[in-house]
Amino acid sequence: MAKKSVRQAINEALASEMRRDPRVVIMGEDIAGGMGAPGEDDAWGGPLGVTKGLLGEFGRDRVLDTPITESAFIGAAAGAAATGLRPVAELMFVDFMGVCFDQIYNQAAKFRYMFGGKAVTPLVVRTMYGAGLRAASQHSQCLYPMFTHIPGLKVVIPSSAYEAKGLLIQAIRDDDPVVFFEHKAMYDEEEEVPDEAYTIPFGEANITREGDDVTVVAFGRMVQFANQAADKLAKEGITCTVIDPRTTSPLDEDTILEEVAATGRLVVVDEASPRCNMATDISALVAQRAFSALKAPVRMVTPPHTPVPFAADLEDLYIPGPAQIEQAIREVAA
Amino acid sequence: MSDGIHAIVMPKWGLAMTEGMVAEWTIEPGAAFSRGDEIADIETAKITNALEASTSGIMRRLVVEPDEMVPVGTLLAVAADETVSDDAIDAFVSDFQANFVVEETEEDSGPAFEHVTLSDGRNIRFLRQGAGGGPTLVMVHGFGGDLNSWMFNQPVLSEQFEVIALDLPGHGGSSKDVGGGDVAAMSQAVLDFLDAADIASAHIVGHSLGGACALHLALTKPERVASATLICPAGLAPEINMTFINGFIEARRPRQLRAALELLFHEPGLVSREMIDDVLKFKRIDGVPEALKAIAEAAFAGGRQSHVMVEKLSELEVPIQIILGASDQIVPVLEALETRAGVTVHRLEGSGHTAHMEAPGKVNALIADFVVAASG
Repeated sequence: MAKKSVRQAINEALASEMRRDPRVVIMGEDIAGGMGAPGEDDAWGGPLGVTKGLLGEFGRDRVLDTPITESAFIGAAAGAAATGLRPVAELMFVDFMGVCFDQIYNQAAKFRYMFGGKAVTPLVVRTMYGAGLRAASQHSQCLYPMFTHIPGLKVVIPSSAYEAKGLLIQAIRDDDPVVFFEHKAMYDEEEEVPDEAYTIPFGEANITREGDDVTVVAFGRMVQFANQAADKLAKEGITCTVIDPRTTSPLDEDTILEEVAATGRLVVVDEASPRCNMATDISALVAQRAFSALKAPVRMVTPPHTPVPFAADLEDLYIPGPAQIEQAIREVAA
Repeated sequence: MSDGIHAIVMPKWGLAMTEGMVAEWTIEPGAAFSRGDEIADIETAKITNALEASTSGIMRRLVVEPDEMVPVGTLLAVAADETVSDDAIDAFVSDFQANFVVEETEEDSGPAFEHVTLSDGRNIRFLRQGAGGGPTLVMVHGFGGDLNSWMFNQPVLSEQFEVIALDLPGHGGSSKDVGGGDVAAMSQAVLDFLDAADIASAHIVGHSLGGACALHLALTKPERVASATLICPAGLAPEINMTFINGFIEARRPRQLRAALELLFHEPGLVSREMIDDVLKFKRIDGVPEALKAIAEAAFAGGRQSHVMVEKLSELEVPIQIILGASDQIVPVLEALETRAGVTVHRLEGSGHTAHMEAPGKVNALIADFVVAASG
């Protein structure tokens, strides 16, 4: 097993499924040549190089550059999925969902239900999210709570390279529309990733740390920060269970409730804006179904309710980090 | 080593290990110890296990404190007999540390996995360590394992022999097509591997299902088997713990898998979170669930072992030793196996089904001595 970046892991997942199944096609802005490039040789592979090399192997019929019209190509992908292909569409920044949301939430998400189970929509929308790259407020949001809100969509937030490959292959093989969130600050993060294809089931949380004192639930990039905080506190004798739910829809409620029952204390870490996000959702779940187990109030670690700042110092302050998580754990453990 | 002074260093347990720490010294300075005695608990990212002495001696100096993470090869302690002066020990320590260079990571140097293609097109991954020229050992893991099962054995034995650890079909980095899936099919794959890797004959060391393969090969192709060491082998009795086999196959969550894996050990604490994660990752790979099921259905049909070869031990033409863990919960710990002068049996107290992991020092010594004797 070799160390691979999140970027490589996603690229391998796409390549492996395109080799395995001729119905898998990819489409999006600049994912093939893009940028007015003259030919196959200098294909960019998307704004961050994730799809690089796929054009050469699979050709123009299966690697489709699209116009900068999200409503058109996300709609085309949804229609293609409903009629026999398994498209993976790249919505460059999730912040652009506004111009193609009807195609996702009111079309793709509803097909199976509206057609009485006779239609499947094996669509994957890959999309970039998150703050930290100085991309300002229109390119830095974490909009997964808005997709999680919609019945009929599956929502995946991988927390590492290993997770990204297995979850993306699972997403491509799934018969329902899946929105797959890639944190733009994580593409270069590396870990050991198998060369073979493998799948990680949806709705099965990963417990990344085991402890007795506090349960920490974290999503996406926040998982590594929660692990760092847990490792630091473990040296002082405060041990944490860290849960990475992997998917917000379906959500592994059982694991969260079992672990909260064991520790009696909960911290939820979410990079999304604090109102109606995953932190409030998990807190409500625990308040309703594990209240009697709680020994302390639930703490949420989130950014403030503001647009993501462009000023570097302010953006750094905005993003929740290991220090805030550590403080929250100390408060509930006290 | 110089003038009867022996350096005890941070071992390298598996290719991925670059550092480790002494969790606890289990020997006092000044105490005498024998080869195979546990002298420290070593903790790595993957596993915590006892470090067993590779020689006998007197512990003269503990160089590293517990809980200090140090690179592989770091001087941990110094052993020497009482005639060596403290000054000489001091000089040895400072000399060692002055010359110590941290080993490069796996990407840059050192052994790497190799692959061969069998005559039927399947791919076998293997790891070769140690120099050729002398006896060659081929190590065959058990059901659900892979070549990393030998992480406590291969590095030590490769100081003395050329040691090749392979992944059986359906396991590790090898093709996931297990063919017939039974002991005969698996040992045929080992034989095909010997052909593909151009190995005329080897000392086969097999654990569990791999032990059954080694025994099957020794019976059917004695000319290819210089000696066989069977560790907690399958293939000797019909009984097999299907709670383990089915639990291993079916577990999807860490907690379920932990319950199955703990059956492998006398000391369940050896089952680390990382070990569980590694097995879960293995089981998620395309083709693996089907491969494991196919093996279980062929080799353990109806909850009984399909190949029972205990009666044939007396027909063996090659030297064979059997190492059993006294608290094995997977296969029966048989009595009265010494049916023939050529069969040697060792029963290790304090070991379960994975004697090579729970008592690596003892098992390594048994293998080395047996191979040397069999090589005549």
